[in-house]
Amino acid sequence: MPSLRGAKRRGNPAGLRILAGLLRFARNDGIGLLFLLAAAPVFAQSALPPSPYAYTQLEDPKQEAEAKALMESLRCLVCQGQSIADSDADMAGDMRALVRQRIKAGEKPEAIRRWLIERYGDWVSYKPPVEPLTWPLWAAPLLLLGLGLVLARGRFRRRRR
Amino acid sequence: MRRPLLWAPLALFLLIVGLVVWGLRRPDDTTIPSQMIGKPMPDFVLQPAVASHPGLSLADLRSGRPHLINVFASWCIPCRTEAGQLAELKARGVPIVGIAVRDKSEDVARFLGEYGDPFERIGSDPRSQVQFDLGSSGVPETFVVDGRGVIRLQHIGEIRPEEVDSVYRAWEQAK
Repeated sequence: MPSLRGAKRRGNPAGLRILAGLLRFARNDGIGLLFLLAAAPVFAQSALPPSPYAYTQLEDPKQEAEAKALMESLRCLVCQGQSIADSDADMAGDMRALVRQRIKAGEKPEAIRRWLIERYGDWVSYKPPVEPLTWPLWAAPLLLLGLGLVLARGRFRRRRR
Repeated sequence: MRRPLLWAPLALFLLIVGLVVWGLRRPDDTTIPSQMIGKPMPDFVLQPAVASHPGLSLADLRSGRPHLINVFASWCIPCRTEAGQLAELKARGVPIVGIAVRDKSEDVARFLGEYGDPFERIGSDPRSQVQFDLGSSGVPETFVVDGRGVIRLQHIGEIRPEEVDSVYRAWEQAK
């Protein structure tokens, strides 16, 4: 199988090049990497244990499902790119505890969302409200779909001719 | 094909490039302002964070004179740098109360010993509940609350030396 061996031989230098590149990177940027590993997180964490229900599910699976759905659509205030369900920040844990405790007490998920929006603005919720400012957002899919239909219709007509 | 329609994709492309450039050049602002400014502070009662200071409740804030609420924590690094500014505000006659977020009593006591103690009262908020009430999203934050318990100002981040005057003015205006 000469052709295969040839391919192998040709492949080898490339592999070596990548390995050499990695070694060079480790040598030049190794110190930087070390610093990166030793760096403290930007947002310090407190010494207190997490709130009850921050990492514990509710006893009632139906309530836990409600809480989970709500937590996945609430934004973490500290990490800002994550939902509170995904974040390990202390404050996200406290928000999960707040959500679970209120759901347990019988509060509706949307009421909890409103409570948080009252304090932090629409920003805290991943679910955009329907209001004049967000009308373009909600209308865009319909407009684009309409545009696509018109374009498709034009093309099919031309082809038929 | 009509001529103007031919230029539409290019125009759309330039529009998107323009949007991206505008977005990149705008400074990144990750602060989340509280929506509670101008609204009355919700009812709350916080246990004392340290033995040397009384705790904090809404009744303490509705005493008729405006207060500064400093939301801090011993584990928060920027909180250490605003001690001097808080001391200056206190020297100018501003009553300052503290809310220690997720903190242990001994840690707060050590923090006060090391960085100074401008506080009349310090309430302990072990589960960030009052922080949520205030619409506060981190430490340190400072609020001006008037004598009726209405939130007048939120200052996000540590109070820098050049910001002492504006915080003081906000406190005076709350009288």
